[in-house]
Amino acid sequence: MAANSSAQIAPIISIAGLIKHFGRFAALRGVAAEFFAGKIYAILGDNGAGKTTLLRSLAGLAQPTRGTIKILGGTPRQVCAELGYMAHPTLLYEEMSGMENLRYFGKLYGITDEKRCEELIRAVKLEPTLTRPVGQYSQGMRQRMSLARALLNNPKVLLLDEPFSNVDMRSGREMVELLTRLRTEGKTIFVVTHQASLLDGTADEFIWMDSGQIVTRTRTLAEGITNE
Amino acid sequence: MSKPSGIMRATLVKDLRLEWRSKDAINAMLFFALLVVVIFSFSFDPTAEESRHIAGGLIWVAFLFAAVVALNQTWARELRNQVLDGFRVSPAPPNALFLAKAFGNFIFVAVLEMLMAPLFVIFYNLRVIGSFPQLLLLVALGTWALVVNGTFFAAMSLRTRSREIMLPLLLFPISIPAIIGMVNGTTAILTGDDPALFWIVLLATYNLVFTTGSLLLFPTVLHAE
Repeated sequence: MAANSSAQIAPIISIAGLIKHFGRFAALRGVAAEFFAGKIYAILGDNGAGKTTLLRSLAGLAQPTRGTIKILGGTPRQVCAELGYMAHPTLLYEEMSGMENLRYFGKLYGITDEKRCEELIRAVKLEPTLTRPVGQYSQGMRQRMSLARALLNNPKVLLLDEPFSNVDMRSGREMVELLTRLRTEGKTIFVVTHQASLLDGTADEFIWMDSGQIVTRTRTLAEGITNE
Repeated sequence: MSKPSGIMRATLVKDLRLEWRSKDAINAMLFFALLVVVIFSFSFDPTAEESRHIAGGLIWVAFLFAAVVALNQTWARELRNQVLDGFRVSPAPPNALFLAKAFGNFIFVAVLEMLMAPLFVIFYNLRVIGSFPQLLLLVALGTWALVVNGTFFAAMSLRTRSREIMLPLLLFPISIPAIIGMVNGTTAILTGDDPALFWIVLLATYNLVFTTGSLLLFPTVLHAE
């Protein structure tokens, strides 16, 4: 496991002995890790490695069977206003336009400022005046709108599940640029992805998972591939 | 964070907008209720006097079955794209969502009742002999009894494999006291034979108990995996 240069700084997220069972299937088997503010963490692994379950646990959507998760000193539910979550499905209403979706979800966080929604839509390279429903967007546009939804509450911790899937290379790179800007604002970003190459040179750490456990943490993608 | 009332209003407006665009629930409910009215009218062919005695039961059976269609739709649209997770990760209070859904369903069923009432009058040759304001109050209480439990049990059966079957299995038995109140109260008002006050009080008490129970349990149901 790579030594962490931020060892003296208090971690923003601490996970201890995290176990998650779905019936008899163990999706997470004793995950223990610490993560620090202002970094991009790429979570990698084969299908069924436990990446999405780990992300859902961090988002407070999956309750640990055993173990604890502390984010900013509280449980995920206690600090949910500081978390942004982008799932593999879009979490958007298909019958409403992007702006209508953001307006509604914004209200859940007490955001009534239309400008915030417009800024976010522009930040993901979409047009706020687009009136057609999300159901008629291309897959890439949906992904970008989904990212905008996750950013609505200006979260300190951003949890992204497969943000680059079904997105063309250019849009993928634009999303990575956006994530880099967000990191400079001090946000901690977790990206579950199968397109790790997009984050090569950008992510601060690559977290490799297998069979519900973190098997290694590397500084570079190449280092992790060599270890495999 | 927004006030719970603000979140409730936003969710209600969103649900009404989605229904206005898709018309998933209202079309199915109307068609279903219309079929029940027509089939019953051909099956029984009652006289005006007999109609007044059986109409209470027929009306509420039609509304109950039709309401189940809307209640199933309420949460089904939250499952598409896992939109419900968007609410679950937010700091919004769960009960704001529950009340918005219940009020939304109340509006859908009330619209159905307003559209179907003239048809019942025509097909069953009905006229109110008792108090009309009492009938309105009874209908409002009966409708709330259906939707508050229906909204709660629809949320409970959301993650079950056969949720469309599960909802009536859970809802109908628990609604029996309310259905007795609705049917007897409506019959009492239509015939003018008995006072309906007892049934109105019964429904009000039923609503108080089950609304409180639903509000207490809904946060657990929402965050269940």
